[in-house]
Amino acid sequence: MAYSKELLEHYENPKNVGSFDKNEKNIGTGLVGAPACGDVMKLQIKVADDGTITDAKFKTFGCGSAIASSSLATEWIKGMKIDEAQKITNHQIADELSLPPVKIHCSVLAEEAIKSAIEDYKKNKNS
Amino acid sequence: MTLKLPIYMDYQSTTPIDPRVIDKMIEVMKNDYGNPHSRSHSFGWKAEEIVEIARRQVAKLINADEKEIFFTSGATESNNIAIKGVAKFYENSQKNHIITLETEHKCVINSCRDLEQDGFVVSYLPVQKNGLVDLNLLEKSITPQTSIISIMSVNNEIGVIQPLEEIGKLCRQKGVFFHTDCAQAFGKIPLDVEKMNIDLMSISGHKIYGPKGIGALYIRRKPRVRIKSIFSGGGQERGIRSGTVPTQLVAGLGLASEIAFNEMSQDNIRITKLSKKFYDALTALTHVYLNGDKDHRYAGNLNFSFAGIEGESMIMAIKDLAVSSGSACTSSSLEPSYVLHALGVDDELAHTSIRFGFGRFTTEEEIDFAIDLIAKKVTKLREMSPLWDMMQEGIDLKSINWKSH
Repeated sequence: MAYSKELLEHYENPKNVGSFDKNEKNIGTGLVGAPACGDVMKLQIKVADDGTITDAKFKTFGCGSAIASSSLATEWIKGMKIDEAQKITNHQIADELSLPPVKIHCSVLAEEAIKSAIEDYKKNKNS
Repeated sequence: MTLKLPIYMDYQSTTPIDPRVIDKMIEVMKNDYGNPHSRSHSFGWKAEEIVEIARRQVAKLINADEKEIFFTSGATESNNIAIKGVAKFYENSQKNHIITLETEHKCVINSCRDLEQDGFVVSYLPVQKNGLVDLNLLEKSITPQTSIISIMSVNNEIGVIQPLEEIGKLCRQKGVFFHTDCAQAFGKIPLDVEKMNIDLMSISGHKIYGPKGIGALYIRRKPRVRIKSIFSGGGQERGIRSGTVPTQLVAGLGLASEIAFNEMSQDNIRITKLSKKFYDALTALTHVYLNGDKDHRYAGNLNFSFAGIEGESMIMAIKDLAVSSGSACTSSSLEPSYVLHALGVDDELAHTSIRFGFGRFTTEEEIDFAIDLIAKKVTKLREMSPLWDMMQEGIDLKSINWKSH
């Protein structure tokens, strides 16, 4: 399978690999996917009081497309307000990386990971 | 010598052709283009002589008689002819039951599925955790209606060797024919149709440093195994497999068999040494598991699962090594390997499996390079794996309520 230059770049030099302490109040953690399906994505955001995502990190168990999708997602959401990040769709990610049809689910997972991290952040903040 | 990349480590899918075999085939193509079935001129006679020499060379490697060797296009065709041919011939004598294993090659499984459509009954036996057949279960599964048992010698995905002698003995006692798919075994491990009571054996050319598109089927003469031909045509290969025998391919298979006969033991000593070095280095990375029995195996096939790493990303990371994933995750199905499933390997570990193959042309330098590369990439990919983190924290992955997608 031939992958795009963008995808290979994100796969070989992934951006923002790492973790934050999930118990901190300004952190939101999204964990999506399942080991049995061959993909698990953990995406974390650090959010400032004004709702800006100041930093993002990920760890992904999955194929090259899954790793690239999560790397791209973290790059994109850094600096965004959470409301903006909420609007990122899997199509945007799939287009940017030119994902082949069988790998579209990787971009779906990245979208879900962003949404799930934001939801977790809101829950954390209000708890 | 500088290392040439990528390194070929996919010897189970096919092997490079031995240069001696290439020379032989070119010679035959240049000079001996006659049809081996032409009886009216010397071109035909010469080609026939080449085919008969090759038949002896193949027979010698498994201690068979040359009259028991039939050339086919490869092991897939041989498996089809053997299973369907025997089942259909003995259907008339009230035998309609076939036994095979869940871990067989697709061409065996699907031949059996076809027969089920025609009303035959097939038992697909589970295997033990180590990939080997449960002999007690096999014995219990035999009924008076069983005509044939088909069990492969060396598994293509995980390399385990089934207990052929014990299976053969059981089959003979019970009066059931024993067919074995030897695509991965012929020319690699010692095989003896007499000692092992093998009644039919499928053979492939391109797995033993010979050409693609040629194989053979061994069919026992004493006691005679009858088969109903599934091919209609000019009656070549004594009616078993009609179609012009491709002289140059047969000559290639013959010479490849002769070379295997002479060099198998020294090849195996070398391959076993490389395999051990590779095994020791990979298992030292921790949480790397060998799939299939550690001892009852062909040393040139090691299938590992790397905990915390997904197979396809691993293959991308080690793209300087030509390997294949046991998991079909590059296809749209996303199903992990049915063979590993049959062994009871957890889905997440089945998703991380990679098969490494070594053979006659693998060098120690290549193995050293592969070990270094794999060690580096395993560390890198685990650092980015959320599952690896959880395992390090002692979290049982099964305790988490994952949402399947």
